[in-house]
Amino acid sequence: MSVRLGDRDRQMLEGKFGEASRIAMSVVSRMADVEGAPELMDVTQAHIDACGLLSDAGLEFAETLVAEGGRVRIPTTLNMGPLDLQNWQAFGVPEEFAEKAIRQATAYEKLGCIPTWTCAPYQGYLTPRFGQQIAWGESNAIVYANSVLGARTNRYGDLMDICAAITGRVPRCGLHLTGNRKGQILLRLVDIRPELLRENSLYPVLGYLMGPLCANKIPVIEGLPATATDDQLKALGAAAASSGAVALFHAVGLTPEANTLSDALQGGEPEQILEIRFDDLVEARHDLGAVEEGRKLDCVVLGCPHYSFAEFRDLARCIETEKGRTTHPNVTFLVATGQQSCSLLQRRKDLMDGLQRFGVQITLDTCVFHSPIVPSDAKVIMTDSGKCAYYAPGELDVEVAFGSVADCVRSAAAGIVRRSDASWK
Amino acid sequence: MEMTLTGRPLVAGSAEGIALVSKEPLSLWGGVDPRSGQITDRRHERSGAIVTDRVFVFPRGKGSSTSSATLMESVRNGTAPAAIINVEVDPILALGSIVAEEMYEKTVPVVLLPEEAFSSIKEGDHIVVAPDGCVTVRRRAPGGNESA
Repeated sequence: MSVRLGDRDRQMLEGKFGEASRIAMSVVSRMADVEGAPELMDVTQAHIDACGLLSDAGLEFAETLVAEGGRVRIPTTLNMGPLDLQNWQAFGVPEEFAEKAIRQATAYEKLGCIPTWTCAPYQGYLTPRFGQQIAWGESNAIVYANSVLGARTNRYGDLMDICAAITGRVPRCGLHLTGNRKGQILLRLVDIRPELLRENSLYPVLGYLMGPLCANKIPVIEGLPATATDDQLKALGAAAASSGAVALFHAVGLTPEANTLSDALQGGEPEQILEIRFDDLVEARHDLGAVEEGRKLDCVVLGCPHYSFAEFRDLARCIETEKGRTTHPNVTFLVATGQQSCSLLQRRKDLMDGLQRFGVQITLDTCVFHSPIVPSDAKVIMTDSGKCAYYAPGELDVEVAFGSVADCVRSAAAGIVRRSDASWK
Repeated sequence: MEMTLTGRPLVAGSAEGIALVSKEPLSLWGGVDPRSGQITDRRHERSGAIVTDRVFVFPRGKGSSTSSATLMESVRNGTAPAAIINVEVDPILALGSIVAEEMYEKTVPVVLLPEEAFSSIKEGDHIVVAPDGCVTVRRRAPGGNESA
């Protein structure tokens, strides 16, 4: 091992803080060698993604850490889990699955994690500060924390996240260091109409397009309007971290390390300059979910990442324009969210009533990829999420229609895929 | 034909298998089913191929930070590749292999090769990975027998 360990690191590795800390430090220090980090450094917050996937190996790992006396050393939040813990029966989740999911949730709570159960932790409890050194899992949360908040995390994989939380240590390398946060690829939006730049569905499409263009490099986007919302940047990052390995992007004039182009590039030159034009976006949008108009729709999936209160408000507004129509009997309408957004929503009876009348089913603490809640015979789903559209064909064995939230609502009512392409023409 | 390539062992170990080669990056979560070892990402050029016991040669990981757990589950289920050869470090893949070793004392070696050496490996080559990162490639002559 070539990483230089501190005294306490070494004691952990020798088992002086118990077996769970030894396992965790062994993983952290070996990862330092993988990444070529000379030493370890402190982190002051962790977000655990490993609690999301229900696998026998993941469950065994969590229960082993508990059995060996593991306990997190820093404030640690939990990503969504494999189960709507309050209401799983309503979604037809098999009991055997639920039993294992509850065991896994219990294990992570016993390790001292805060049961936030959301993949959008940046819109809730314990939002990291600018410059804070953190160890986050969940690709969409990582890219948001780095890009929009200016906190500092590498792309921590499942299980490294809990090892970092138990040790409070990570390899000193990558995006924790200022010099490595410099923008590398300049993406210039050219000739995009202002109406399209305001349109929510632009952002996941742009993210989806960015992923393969940038691979694991740091993009700097020039040309996004200053009005871009947190939710739009969340959708952009989530899609870019699915189609590529983007862990940090800068958006000139929008994100905290990119007041100017020169700031984003830390005074240097980009390695590459790419122009993104309207036609590129149209093609990416088509590629993301091209199920054609008029096809029978089985399920709408929103809330990937977890819906915010503002997104629920938009959804309610779209439903209102349907003037009393409701979800077609053949369609399941699912929205995934966390407890915090949901409690804000519950205070707004007018919005909640509208959603319920339309037939919206809200699922808490989980998502369609980790909990079996999309009807198993569903063949066509519709979503406003680039991330969901990217993963659904492989993970859910469905065809995807990508559209705006208004398109999703209109299609759900009609029972067939409908899109308004107004902003996309 | 036999050639020896010098790589950097990210996760050291010995392994042997037939090369499954792709030029495209892959996210293991959402990309490989740990129950069957099959590539399920329909956007991927090798969609449908089985990674189990193969030496899986692809440029780098991407996407989900859950891929480490997917790799560990594959090790537990016996559906994992024999070894992984990449061009670029993907810490998430190495992590899955390291944690699997802690838990199950089975290793999926991960080796990094320089671009040119990486590109010289062809589908179906017989690959031996050594703990020091040395990769030995044996290829059948066209129409002939494997020449060792």
